[in-house]
This record gives sequence, C-alpha cells and structure tokens, in this order.
Amino acid sequence: MAAPQQQKLKVNGPVTVTANRLTDGAVVWRTADGGWSADLADAAIVTTSDAAIALLAAAQQRDIEAVGAYVAPVLLGEDGSVQPGNLRERIRVAGPTFELPH
Amino acid sequence: MYVYDEFDRAFLAERVAEFRDQVGRRLSGALSEDEFKPLRLMNGVYLQLHAYMLRIAIPYGTLNSHQLRRMAHVARRYDRGYGHFTTRQNIQFNWIKLEELPEAMAALAEVGVHGIQTSGNCIRNVTTDQWAGATPGEYDDPRIWAEILRQYSTLHPEFTYLPRKFKIAITAAPQDRAAIKVHDVGLRLHRNEAGELGFEVLVGGGLGRTPFVGKLVRPFLPARDLLSYIEAIMRVYNQYGRRDNIYKARIKILVHEIGAEEFSKAVEAEWEAIREGALKMTDEMIAEIRGRFLYPDFATLADNPPELAEALKDARFATWHANSVHTHKVPGHAIVTISLKPVGAPPGDATADQMDVVADLADRYAFGEIRVGHEQNLCLPNVAQKDLPALWAALDAAGLATPNVNHVSDIIACPGLDYCSLANARAIPVAQEIAKRFSDLDRSRGIGRLHINISGCINACGHHHVGHIGILGVEKNGQEFYQITLGGRADEKAQLGTLLGPAVSYEQVPGLIEDVVETYLELRAGPQELFIDTVARLGVEPFKERVYAAH
Ligand code: HEM
Ligand code: SF4
Repeated sequence: MAAPQQQKLKVNGPVTVTANRLTDGAVVWRTADGGWSADLADAAIVTTSDAAIALLAAAQQRDIEAVGAYVAPVLLGEDGSVQPGNLRERIRVAGPTFELPH
Repeated sequence: MYVYDEFDRAFLAERVAEFRDQVGRRLSGALSEDEFKPLRLMNGVYLQLHAYMLRIAIPYGTLNSHQLRRMAHVARRYDRGYGHFTTRQNIQFNWIKLEELPEAMAALAEVGVHGIQTSGNCIRNVTTDQWAGATPGEYDDPRIWAEILRQYSTLHPEFTYLPRKFKIAITAAPQDRAAIKVHDVGLRLHRNEAGELGFEVLVGGGLGRTPFVGKLVRPFLPARDLLSYIEAIMRVYNQYGRRDNIYKARIKILVHEIGAEEFSKAVEAEWEAIREGALKMTDEMIAEIRGRFLYPDFATLADNPPELAEALKDARFATWHANSVHTHKVPGHAIVTISLKPVGAPPGDATADQMDVVADLADRYAFGEIRVGHEQNLCLPNVAQKDLPALWAALDAAGLATPNVNHVSDIIACPGLDYCSLANARAIPVAQEIAKRFSDLDRSRGIGRLHINISGCINACGHHHVGHIGILGVEKNGQEFYQITLGGRADEKAQLGTLLGPAVSYEQVPGLIEDVVETYLELRAGPQELFIDTVARLGVEPFKERVYAAH
C-alpha cells in the first residue's frame, strides 16, 4: 500500500498502469492499444519489469488524457478476470469502503 | 460577521477568470501537468485517489448562511451531494471535475469563498476558536486579529515560497479550542497586569512526522505589534528554515535545532529593525477592521426562559441540551454545537441538504451565522435560549441532533485510504466501527469527555498525537495496522500521547479501544475523573497490561 511514488519497479506478478483522467479525475487504466479505459477489464497486463517500464513510459508521454500514471498490481482469476491487487487499488476501483453520505 | 468589500469581490472574480484560463489551457494541452499543478494547488485543487478535490478555506471558521447555502449548491451541482469539514476549518469537495471547477469556483467567489492558500508553502488559513465573539471570559474577539493576519498574508510576495506550509492559530479565551500549541505559530490573546491587550507567542508546534508542542518565545506582545512580529518570525524562518529536506523544513525543526531562546533572539533582533516601520498598526487601522465585524442585535432576554424549562421535561431534548448547548456571554442566549458525527456516518461530512437546513436554521434562529470547529463539527454561536426547543426539533429531523459532542463517538478522522493518495490505512471506517460500539448514549455519557483522533498516515491530518486516544494507520506487509497512543490533548494543557504498545490489525482496533475504555472505567478515581486525567495519573502501563493481555 505504499504511495505509488515510493514504489520501486520490482515486478513480481501481474501489473497494469493506472492514472486519473484529466477532465474529471476518474480512475483509468492503460489499454494495449495505447488508450485509456475506465474499466479494469480493458487494462493491458504485463508481468516483467521491462514491460511495465515500457507501458508506463508510453502512458507518461502525453499527459492530456490522464495524469499521475503509475504501475499497480493486479490479480488474475483462473477465468482470466482481472482484480485490483491491493486494498488501495480495490478502493480506487470500488470507491470508499463505506456508504457515502446521500 | 465580517463584511467583505468591493476590493475583495473584484480580486476573487479576477482570480477565477485567471484560473478558468489556466484550466482551458490545461485541457487543450497548452499546459502540461507539471506546469499546471502548481497553479491548481494555489487554488486549493488537489488530485486525490478517485478524483480532484477542492479545498475551500473558511476564514477563522466563520460562515454566513449565504456562503453555506452556496457550498450546498456546489456539493449538489458539481459534486456527489456532500462535503467534508476538516480539522483546519476548511471544507473539501471530493469528486469535483476539472472541467467544471472554474464554474464551481465562480459560484463560490460570488459569496466571497475561495481555495487560495489552502495548499502550498504559504501562510494557510488562520484558524481560531469557533466560539469566538460569543463565549464568556474572552479577552477580545480573536477573529479580528485573524482577519488582520488574513489580509496581511494573502498573496504576500515574500511569504509565498516559504520552506514549507505555515499554520497560525489564535485563541482569546482561557480555554483553548483552537489547538494553538500544535501550530507553527500559536497566539494566545490576554491582558497584562496593566490591562493592555497582547499575545503570548508560541512557535514551533506541529504534528506530522515529527510532532512538537509549541515553545514560548514571547510572553507578551502588544496586540498592535502583531504584524511586525509575525513578519520577523517569517523572515527568520524564511532565511534559516531548511529547504534541502522536506521532512526538516517546518519551523518546528528550526526551533528545535537552535532552541527557543536562540530562535527568539533572532526574531527579536529582526523585530527591533522593523517594529516602528510600515507594519506598525495604528488604533485607527485596528478600529477599521474591528468595525467590519457586525455583531447581532441581541434582544434583552433572561436566562432560563419558561419555554426552555418546559422543553427540558422531554428527556431527549434535555440530553441534547446538556451535551450541545453552552453558555453565551449575553444573557438569554446560547452557543449550540451541531454534531457532524452521527453514529455510523463519516466524521465531518455534511450533505447538501443538511447544509441547507443549517443555513436556514441559522437565518431563523442564529442571525445567519455558522461556525466550523477543528473538531469537524458546526456551531451556531448566537441562539436565543427560548428558540432552543424549535431549533433542536428541526436539527433532529435533519439527523443533526446526535448528542455526542466531546464523547467517545465524536471522533476526529482524516479521509485516510478511502480518499487520500498519501494514506497507509483507512481512518473513516475505523471511526465508524468505534462509534457503533459506543452508540449507547447512556454508556457514552457515563464515560464522559473522551476525544479519539485517527489519521491514515504519519502526516497527522486527524491530529492523532493529541487525541486522548490517538490512532495512527501504518502499513505492514501490505496490511493495515494501527498504533494507539493515550494521553494526548490539544487544549491549553496540550501534550502528545504516549504509545500504548505494538500496532494492531484493522479488525482488532474497535475491541482494543473498548478495552482501553473499560480499563479506564475500572481504574478511575471516581465518576468525576476524566479519561485524560486517569491516564495522566496512572500512565499507560496499567492500560497496556490489560489491553494486550486480552488480545
Ligand atoms: C489532499 C488531501 C491531503 C493531503 C495531500 C494532505 C497532506 C498533508 C501533509 C503532507 C501533511 C504533513 C505536513 C508536514 O508536517 O510538513 C499534513 C498535515 C496536516 N494536515 Fe493534511 N493532507 C490532506 C488532507 C487533510 C485533511 C482532510 C485534513 C483535515 C481533516 C488535513 C489537516 C492536516 C493537519 C491538521 C495537519 C497537521 C499537522 C501539522 O501541520 O503540524 N489535511 N497534511
Ligand atoms: S493523515 Fe495521511 S491519510 Fe490522512 S489525510 Fe493526511 S495525508 Fe491523507
């Protein structure tokens, strides 16, 4: 759960690149075709440091779609489904862990 | 209330136009994020875990009903229908879109509200007692002095790039409700033996990674010399404060390293050189600011009117009255605290509808004035006692009459991992779980005054060091853990808490807090002894033994 800036790019497991969309701050993931998606299922998943660094570098090249890109862990299900890899990322996907005021 | 003039309004309108242009250029790609980030931060715009967050300053915690209603509008129209009141007399909107920010800011600027200097290495929103101007025994209204500092420090060119953020708090009552001892500069307004008004000046308090209680650098500063003396402090800090290491950049580190005496000498030397200069305040200048604070036209009323006596026969009203109503300096009136800590809700959050209700009630019963306290509660400082029953009924209908102010469920908590990009662990759901354990009002009343403070990381936005019980979220192997401290306090006897023992898991926290409270109930000298006093008398050892034996 270390802050993303503090993460070293030691990759031991599947990871993705995530960021916040510029226009509204929404959580987005880097896709294989070089775009961004608001659905984790569309995310490009890589498993080596080199691939993660390349994915991140590409994501950071243009910062007018998404900002603050970093590498985040994911969990892969047997059926190929993708889940966020730690609590911080789970909260980014699902929102705060309590009922919001309404 | 303070009355803003044309200058303030024109300035804010220009600032919004400037920001609108900057956002436009960012969205078009003309500005990169590196170029834009310092600009947005100067307007209180952060990027958080889920979205942009807009932080708005509430100068010295004072709002009028129009301003609060406008905040409700912004929450409803541009956010998800709620806002979060913080420990720094700010409100934060958590889900605001960059595209819509200029519009939201324009709406706020129309009522004189903005996010300037709520971020960055400048003098932040000056905070004070939420009971200012209403509480008996006050030496003066501290807001007048906070306003003088606000005008002086806003866009001050010399103090826009300090080594680090800078926070000033003022109290003018014998009881410190502004936590002045844990601010970079703490000012205590009082009178000397000759009856003159002046400040006791403390410097170098603060929480975060390296917590300190502020040190006395001057027992009495004539009030009219406030600006030149603050300028002298800022200059010494600006010159000697460290810029090479962000963790050592706050003034508290400077004061600690050179000692309060040396620091004070350096300030006095600088002050001697400038005290008779442009910053020397004349009586006319002070009177001018003082004159901009309009006070209610209080009716001549007697204490304990028959309407109140009658209503007190209702047990629910009586409970709320005992908990949330405080003595006013004008007979027949009262100060009302509105708990934003209903059991099970996120501490400090208010919905747009609740903000509207409070604004309407302020208009009807409290001369249109609302306050925000660092405990993340609201306050109506000027209510006629005869109106208390009707006010209570309306608050109750809006879910705003939980009688738990200063009780164990009146928890201060930062946003933690549920919102904050710096967090190690969650804070809000921990507060909710603890509050649920103590939802029985008779039990919590029996426990008495007990402050729990929770922060999701070492930055200490939830003031955990100065909670009677402090809870700090840390991370261990990717899991949330919590360190517990006992015996901290943020009042006139401010001190930092003592670590109870090893950190415990998320699941263990509520049970552990219950054990701490049960231990207190067994060990206290009598029903009058407060938790904080039992800890002061016995230390943390007896608590540690019991609590860790059980876990
Ligand atoms: C975007 C969200 C926030 C960020 C990035 C943030 C960041 C920080 C950081 C880095 C510090 C440590 C500063 C230092 O010691 O040099 C700090 C301290 C503090 N923050 Fe926050 N904070 C955030 C939200 C809040 C909120 C929501 C509150 C109130 C509920 C708050 C109130 C405080 C207070 C009272 C301190 C006290 C420590 C001190 O200055 O001595 N902050 N914050
Ligand atoms: S204490 Fe840490 S987690 Fe909480 S708001 Fe401050 S920076 Fe965020």
